[in-house]
Amino acid sequence: MRNILRSYTIETRLAVVLALICIALSVTAPQFATLPNLSSLMNQSAVNLIWAVGLLVVLIAGGIDISFAVASSVVQYLAAKLLMSVGGGNWVLGFLFCGSLGILLGLLNAWLIHGFRIISIVVTIATFNAFFGLLMFFSGGRNIYNLPDWWTARIFIFEHQNDQGVWSELNLSVGVMVVCVIATWVLIRRTNIGRQLYAFGDNPEGARRAGVNIAVMQGVAFGWMGLMAGIAGLMQVNIFQEVVPNALYGRELDVLAAVVLGGARLGGGKGTILGCVLGVMFVAVTQNGLNLLGVSPFAFQMIIGAVILVAISTSNMDLSQIMRRKEARS
Amino acid sequence: MTTAPADQFALRLHKVSKAFGGVQALNQVDFEVRAGEVHCLAGENGCGKSTLIKVVTGVHQPEKAELIELFGEAVGQISPVLARQLGVSVIWQDLALFPHMTVAENIAFDDMVGLRPRSVKYREMITRSGDVLARLGVQMDLSAPLNDLPIAQRQVVAIARALMNDAKLIFMDEPTASLTQSETDRLLDIVRKLSADGVAIVFVSHRLAEVLDIAERVTVVRDGNLVGVYPTEGMTQARLGELMTGHLIENAVVARDLPDAPVVFEAEGLARHGEFSDVSLKIRAGEVLGLTGLIGAGRTELAHVMMGMRSADSGHMLLNGAAYAPSHIRSAIKQGMAYVSEDRLSLGLLQKQSIADNTVISVLHKLTTATGLISYTRKADLVRHWIRELGVKIGAPEDAISTLSGGNQQKVVLAKWLATEPKLLILDSPTVGVDVGARAGIFRIVRALADEGLAILLISDEVTEVMFHSDRILHMADGRIVQEYDPRTITVPQLEERIYA
Ligand SMILES: Nc1ncnc2c1ncn2[C@@H]1O[C@H](COP(=O)(O)OP(=O)(O)OP(=O)(O)O)[C@@H](O)[C@H]1O
Ligand SMILES: [Mg+2]
Repeated sequence: MRNILRSYTIETRLAVVLALICIALSVTAPQFATLPNLSSLMNQSAVNLIWAVGLLVVLIAGGIDISFAVASSVVQYLAAKLLMSVGGGNWVLGFLFCGSLGILLGLLNAWLIHGFRIISIVVTIATFNAFFGLLMFFSGGRNIYNLPDWWTARIFIFEHQNDQGVWSELNLSVGVMVVCVIATWVLIRRTNIGRQLYAFGDNPEGARRAGVNIAVMQGVAFGWMGLMAGIAGLMQVNIFQEVVPNALYGRELDVLAAVVLGGARLGGGKGTILGCVLGVMFVAVTQNGLNLLGVSPFAFQMIIGAVILVAISTSNMDLSQIMRRKEARS
Repeated sequence: MTTAPADQFALRLHKVSKAFGGVQALNQVDFEVRAGEVHCLAGENGCGKSTLIKVVTGVHQPEKAELIELFGEAVGQISPVLARQLGVSVIWQDLALFPHMTVAENIAFDDMVGLRPRSVKYREMITRSGDVLARLGVQMDLSAPLNDLPIAQRQVVAIARALMNDAKLIFMDEPTASLTQSETDRLLDIVRKLSADGVAIVFVSHRLAEVLDIAERVTVVRDGNLVGVYPTEGMTQARLGELMTGHLIENAVVARDLPDAPVVFEAEGLARHGEFSDVSLKIRAGEVLGLTGLIGAGRTELAHVMMGMRSADSGHMLLNGAAYAPSHIRSAIKQGMAYVSEDRLSLGLLQKQSIADNTVISVLHKLTTATGLISYTRKADLVRHWIRELGVKIGAPEDAISTLSGGNQQKVVLAKWLATEPKLLILDSPTVGVDVGARAGIFRIVRALADEGLAILLISDEVTEVMFHSDRILHMADGRIVQEYDPRTITVPQLEERIYA
């Protein structure tokens, strides 16, 4: 038990706090613990979660990415143009286009970072601006409504109507998110590539001496982030049914904060899928709860910022150390 | 001990050169290791030992190399992966482990390297790494994150990692620097066993006694140049030291009596639960008091209490006759205490900062001008003073501390503390990883400081060190001071026997 606590300190704490918040909300806001609310919560969090697991991989490998949300917008725009030019396409082509465009943008980041030895935060702030600038220039800031039907069609993976006739539904994006989460878990936890990513983030010189191919690791990390950004872009259009060039601008920092909240270490070598998912859900539930409690949306940002601050500053306190101290005393 | 014929080589290097910018780290060096041999690589700090290891394992590409031959086959381009496949493994001087991974993940990490995707078998990883640790006779929590472990246990993890894949040639770059005596003995036993099984070992250590004990031959390098290859039979520490540094280093007992000197520090009945108990000692001005015993005897813990880094459960201390109970290291420093810690790499120095910044870090408040800002001229003066005083060999004071060799880094630590103008200086294992020449230099300084009236507590687990550099020797075991010795009336072997018995 102590072992589990030690390896998953942050995750345990987050899970406990999240559970407490959920209980408190179920009591104070009757709508919270209802199927319609929870399913819409999942629908709203799906895109964030897809980004988050991608970003987790980059953080584990010792990097950081600011450009992914804007990259998703770029992918949406390019994919919309490409798909229309091939007569509309279908889901398979959609995933193929968005996935590979995303990977290309990710690899561009990796190449700039590795090839020119520039730290990732500088590179991705630059690409963030470049991507956004180019996108606004070419799109003229105009939304695209003319999209293939399959892309904007509502697809539910779960439907339920309660006694009052209210529908609860889970979007396709939730299913895709689950696949992305599981795939990322397999990558970082179950494959040797994942172990090398951790090693590279933890001690780059040590990894190099062990023979880890640094260039490839950088490519895998940012390529995976790009793939997730591409998929997130695809799914976001499916939810909103249009391409809005600046819709995702600014979302990157929320996701980053949530992932760090989940225990991923800025500087590399540490982070788990569980923590990452908990971090995102923590923010989502808090937001949802404030909404249900009728708190002014203007206060949201402030409260969530404060919550993240408290959570992150207490995450240096190590539960297992506190336990050990107790044991030593007794 | 060698089972393989003498003409069978695990490794042959001919005329290998490697430079870093202006520094010629290796200059046309030849190096040969026979199969199954324990071969020592000796030389001063910065002479190129670690660089040679990095060239053989493909971490650095040499500028020029006439021949690099592993197990009888010439290899052209070598990479870390190829070296490992051929059967070479390394215990790195800086360990090169992964602090956020568990013990088992660290030990088994090399299996993960490569781009062909494979699945990770955690259970197998745990049993395999547990087996290797068992071979080393060590019990360790395999799922503990590495950065929770003390340095000695991390060293054991690095050793286990190198033994994981049955290598035929193992480089050990100062593997014993932070090990306890019993762990060192166990490692040396394993080295002998490996050697008997035909595994070649290249052993790097600044503890010359150890070198002469374990190795059959020793290759000496000085400033990147080969000095020669010598059998260890009939070799003495003094001779080996002379080969490494180019001049004879004499060791003689320098103990003297100081009956009239005032007592600077006194402890009475000091105890801390589970660490040490009933410790009473006196240090006079100008005296070097040696404190020895096995690692784990409670010496470092005692030093921490003296520095206010932990508090004693009972007993009391006097500094210059006045009651002394520091609540914090800052108050200890203010009252005239200085502490050169045993963990130079992580505690003593800010590795990425400059030599100058490291030197003045503990006295910044003395450098401020009326405006409260740091005076650059005063800082430069102070740095220049101490660098000259201690004879630190540096390029420029602005260079990062990490560019210095081990011995010179240690001198900077010393300078940093001396700049606080202490009354009592605690030196905790001050020569870990420091070469013989630099050791002599450091002890010359220590002696000169004592002559000026500084009281010095010298903590060391190397018997020769306390023997030749202190005025009195206290022997600590299991948290108690068991005996006091006068270096003039006891010999090194006698003292060793009492300590290791
Ligand atoms: N990566 C590097 N960049 C620049 N200079 C280096 C680098 N690595 C080593 N050097 C320099 O090369 C020389 C040899 O260093 P090396 O680490 O091989 O010494 P060493 O014999 O292992 O010393 P020690 O006993 O202190 O470990 C030193 O002058 C060192 O400053
Ligand atoms: Mg070295």
